[in-house]
Amino acid sequence: MAAMFSQNPLMNGPNYSFSDAPKTARGEPREHAFNPYTDNGGSTLAISGADFTIMAGDTRHTSGYSINSRMSPKVFKIGGTTANQDDATIVLSVCGFAADGEALRDRLDTICKIYRYRHGKPMSLNACAKRLSTILYQKRFFPYYTHAMLGGLDDEGKGAVYSYDPVGSYEREQCRAGGAAGSLIMPFLDNQVNFKNQYIPGSGEGHDLKERERRTLSRPQVETIVKDAFDGAVERHIEVGDTLQMLIITKEGIEEVFLPLKKD
Amino acid sequence: MPGFDFSNYNRNAALHARGVPLPKATSTGTTIVGCIFDGGVVIAADTRATSGPIVADKNCEKLHYISPQIWCAGAGTAADTEFTTALISSQLELHSLSTGRKPRVVTCMTLLKQHLFRYQGHIGAYLVVAGCDPTGTHLFTVHAHGSTDKLPYVTMGSGSLAAMSVFETQWKADLSRDEAVKLCSDAILSGIWNDLGSGSNVDVAVITKEKTTLLRNYIKPNEKSAKLQSYRFEKGTTAVLNEKVINKSDLKRYVTVHDLPVEGEKMDVDT
Repeated sequence: MAAMFSQNPLMNGPNYSFSDAPKTARGEPREHAFNPYTDNGGSTLAISGADFTIMAGDTRHTSGYSINSRMSPKVFKIGGTTANQDDATIVLSVCGFAADGEALRDRLDTICKIYRYRHGKPMSLNACAKRLSTILYQKRFFPYYTHAMLGGLDDEGKGAVYSYDPVGSYEREQCRAGGAAGSLIMPFLDNQVNFKNQYIPGSGEGHDLKERERRTLSRPQVETIVKDAFDGAVERHIEVGDTLQMLIITKEGIEEVFLPLKKD
Repeated sequence: MPGFDFSNYNRNAALHARGVPLPKATSTGTTIVGCIFDGGVVIAADTRATSGPIVADKNCEKLHYISPQIWCAGAGTAADTEFTTALISSQLELHSLSTGRKPRVVTCMTLLKQHLFRYQGHIGAYLVVAGCDPTGTHLFTVHAHGSTDKLPYVTMGSGSLAAMSVFETQWKADLSRDEAVKLCSDAILSGIWNDLGSGSNVDVAVITKEKTTLLRNYIKPNEKSAKLQSYRFEKGTTAVLNEKVINKSDLKRYVTVHDLPVEGEKMDVDT
């Protein structure tokens, strides 16, 4: 019987004996779709200090319940003059869809290099931050599916972190955690970096209680917090693990450290 | 009539139609294995329970008791594996009391598959059933829809492929007890490292005609790393807006209070 009914009602003539029009389980026509995005898990973390910035991320690359790679870094040096980015001063971290992250890194790196050739000086961090926002918004209707963060030193030599949403909204922040375990790490950072919900004991009654005063953290203190944050995230998030990559940006340059994380 | 309570069905269907999502069940996204050896059978499991990408329990027990000589490893929906094995364990105990014989593994497997088939896969229990009875040593897998397999070595759960790759490269006929334990724990370890749904520790159960040995946390390859600093807060750090103290004597006016000895089982807390 199926042969009697063409898929095109105007050409109700001979036809295939089967219909290859895709159907859902309920028998309704199904729309074909291709999903160009995947989530490759992982987490990133950035904290700025008085004269340094630390950008960190785990190196696990996942899809579903599988590990694609245990050493696939997502924190990159940007805008150096050499292939190994020895003299770079800016660091970009990306997490979410790894292919988009790498494409974004390549775009931004190229732009920083062109800027250097044209102006004879490296791009400042705040110029680079604004440019990254523009790059992301240019793809407003087919976004880079990433949570990007930019870290370095500002014009005054102070540590700076910029964090972005996938379509280019950005803000300069003291610290930010992103990616799969971002929501696990961020409250810990609020408490330990900005001393949120901490009061000076005996400083008053009820609402008169004084908040614990904020002070900038030293480099060893930040490194400790970063490692502990990731050890905690690894315990409770299945997509975070293997190795912790940490980039420390100071006026002397960028130091890279790899520390082991749990591998289960 | 025993069975499930469906009294919230209509309400939940209406809620679901209006876009309220279903609550997420804890899945034991798991690696479980079993292997027969000369004179008995070994089953093993990892100890991670997940809820989506979050680890719900780092050291849960996936090896369930059915009868002294029959044990079951469960994958799938945690609640379904626990309640199904408990239900069948109870039925098997009554059956054994009524017949005056030791329960058989085939009987257990048949009860499980009939129960699961009746619910057409809605009970998400994926099981490895193993044991020794008067007819010999047996090892089965039971799927949520009711199909079963009888094999010398089996794997199930999200880590089943990782675990099966170990069996397919290292299994041989006529294993000794120790070889079978090593093979099973290696298969579980393969799941722990390579499958994100599996992790933490290895549990093993060895069943022979004489006795059952449960080796809880047989291997612990994932001890938590120590924090680099102390996170103790000075007393008084947390703001208190108002305070009210209720004495035990005041409490006794409203409820009955029994004083219990201070000792007793301490709650399992993450330090």
